[in-house]
Amino acid sequence: MTEKILIKGSVALARGAIDAGCRCYFGYPITPQNDIPEFLSDALPKAGGVFIQAESELAAINMVLGAAAAGARAMTSSSGPGISLMQEGLSYLAGSELPAVVVNITRSGPGLGGIAPTQGDYHQATRGGGHGDYRLIVLAPDSAQEMYDLAGEAFNLAFRYRNPAMILADAILGQMKEPVVLHGACPAPEPAPWALSGAANRPPRLVKSLYLADGEMPVHNWKLYWKYEALKEKEVRVEVDCPPHCSLVVVAYGSCCRIARTAVDRAQRRGLAVGLIRPVTLFPFPEKEIRQAAERARRLLVVEMNTGQMVDDVRLACNGAGTVSFKGYPGGEVPTPDQIEAEIERVMKAGELRVCQR
Amino acid sequence: MEYAVVMAGFGGQGVLTMGDLLAFSGMKAGYNVTWMPSYGVEMRGGAANCTVVLSKEKIGAPIVGAARAVIAMSEPAFNKFQDRLVPGGLLMVNSSLVPAAETRPERGDVEALFVPARELAEESGDPKMANLTMLGAFLARTGLLELKQVAGAVSAFLPPEKKKLAPGIKKALFKGQEYIASL
Amino acid sequence: MSTVAEKQVFSPPSCLKENIYHFCPGCHHGLIHRLVAEAIDFYGLAGAAVGVIGVGCGVFLYNYLAVDCCEAPHGRAPAVATGLKRVNPGAFIFTYQGDGDLAAIGTAEVIHAAARGENITVIFINNSIYGMTGGQMAPTTLPGQRTTTTPAGRKAPGDGYPVHVAELIATLPGSAYAARVSCHTPAHIRKARQAVRRAFTAQLEKKGFALVEFLSACPTNWGLTPEASLERIEREMIPAYPPGIFKDF
Repeated sequence: MTEKILIKGSVALARGAIDAGCRCYFGYPITPQNDIPEFLSDALPKAGGVFIQAESELAAINMVLGAAAAGARAMTSSSGPGISLMQEGLSYLAGSELPAVVVNITRSGPGLGGIAPTQGDYHQATRGGGHGDYRLIVLAPDSAQEMYDLAGEAFNLAFRYRNPAMILADAILGQMKEPVVLHGACPAPEPAPWALSGAANRPPRLVKSLYLADGEMPVHNWKLYWKYEALKEKEVRVEVDCPPHCSLVVVAYGSCCRIARTAVDRAQRRGLAVGLIRPVTLFPFPEKEIRQAAERARRLLVVEMNTGQMVDDVRLACNGAGTVSFKGYPGGEVPTPDQIEAEIERVMKAGELRVCQR
Repeated sequence: MEYAVVMAGFGGQGVLTMGDLLAFSGMKAGYNVTWMPSYGVEMRGGAANCTVVLSKEKIGAPIVGAARAVIAMSEPAFNKFQDRLVPGGLLMVNSSLVPAAETRPERGDVEALFVPARELAEESGDPKMANLTMLGAFLARTGLLELKQVAGAVSAFLPPEKKKLAPGIKKALFKGQEYIASL
Repeated sequence: MSTVAEKQVFSPPSCLKENIYHFCPGCHHGLIHRLVAEAIDFYGLAGAAVGVIGVGCGVFLYNYLAVDCCEAPHGRAPAVATGLKRVNPGAFIFTYQGDGDLAAIGTAEVIHAAARGENITVIFINNSIYGMTGGQMAPTTLPGQRTTTTPAGRKAPGDGYPVHVAELIATLPGSAYAARVSCHTPAHIRKARQAVRRAFTAQLEKKGFALVEFLSACPTNWGLTPEASLERIEREMIPAYPPGIFKDF
């Protein structure tokens, strides 16, 4: 069954989760993501699922942990301050190797900040965010369709790797309505081999993250490390639009990339040799693609709605190849395509100008 | 070519619904569309606005620096959003709340069109449908979508409990069109 | 010579593993583990039970009880239990939490699990001190009690007054059962056994949230012998924390 409907990104995400087999949602209200719990509070019970408005984000993420320990596809969503409170639970989920999906419809910070679109939580999302040596799988949609699609992808990756996955979006993507093609419900997932349901006819199971015995903890850390390496090897998702001979490649993700795309399109129409790379997975980060672009174009421009976070990963990926420029719009300031186009021109003038071939 | 319109007014005037119906009808007519509303704190204090983009191509930015058209349903919206027009853009003003005058708009490089949206809505049978007479007038003036296409999409646009409003909505849309034809 | 017929008159609960407890001499965790194990056996729940374990000396419960177990972050066991129970209402979900875990850092989680009428069973260990971290003040520490963070004795107001969890839970409409018991004498242990069974029954009969608060000895951090610890429970803890059933469905 495919159906095309006009819905908000937040609702698309919620529907994507249900279609991916999510039957548990636990959350605490916070702007600008309330469309998600409001939709699911009606839809999940109708789908035979569980919806709980928890007393806090701390409780919500731990209800997710419990549901995940029971083998269920569980999720929560929040924004900035609420995601900060969930870091404890995210660390335990990662340590306990439990899958779950956490959605961050960001708000600007630090502190209570503002609710306008922003990308200030990139570091928190991609570095793990809580204590200990771990990573989250981080997906960054740029449309309502991807809010729907990546909700399912997040569950699939989380369960394949037994690791929490985060969808990092903002109010533009959450509030904006766009046409979305629904793919219908996926087949019911296999029962989880770790699920705690009572040890009838099998040995008892244990979900834990405490490793006190000599040598246990490093073994566990290396196990997690190799999981993240496998993610880097197999699960990078990236959109690359680099015409031949381009002399500048813009790197942006999420809503900011929507705006950058308009700017790049205009610049290309004017004959400027400029390309665009959009990381869809922020962890694993598309290091190889970015390094290749840097080697060819010699010049990258990272545009983010913050004071410079993903640019660190771009520089690490380049490892000295090419020049990396940065343009930031923090605190809820959303750039216009004109502003980014002007920045493209400014950076290109500073480097070698080549004429685009297409 | 991409067409972006900003719609703004007081909360309760149906500004978001007007944009939603335009976006929905655009989707049904085969366009790529985006509908971006104001939200959260922006909505407190009674103001509302949304940006609708229609395009045959993939849409980049859903929020534009400058739009091809602005529909101002209130005085504050008129004052705030005329600056968001491209030169030569269309400024449609709800003259039921924003009286026309020689000096208005301040911008001389745009086309201003004053529409008595509320009076038209009253004539069509429901004074609450000023947003829809305005949308009808906007479509008639711009030809962005066939009004028939939009009227045809109304029933599918409405949630089940509001389907009974469809005839009134269509009437209001055509009332706006009639007004433009009468100019 | 006549042969003496052997008759087994005593055996440990079948779901209690034969591991040697890591607890200090005179600690009551072992006793309470056993009472929980007995209740699991009594209702035949070894194949349905999932223990959610708080952070504290009880964290190794899974080394002793042959049931499915899940570690919870400090204080969050009732939230984790909520997730487990809602996904699998047929499972028997209990938490095992100390007084730092439940009555300090996890106050919100336990109160709201009870407020929702969550159909889970909570075993709460009140030894009036932080055991695992080395004898710091707990919310349940008695006025005047010396701990490593109240070296001159707990002063209230300032350091705070003892928190009475069982009574607090009993005030919530969502709770079905709330009791306080002790295990410093055989008579008290018998009452404790009944209370644990009743708290299990509450969940099995879907009556809602049930909590049993145990007064428990921590000789190591109290700086007392095991015998003197039993006397302290009788003389100091019982007057401050009277045993009783504060709510029964």
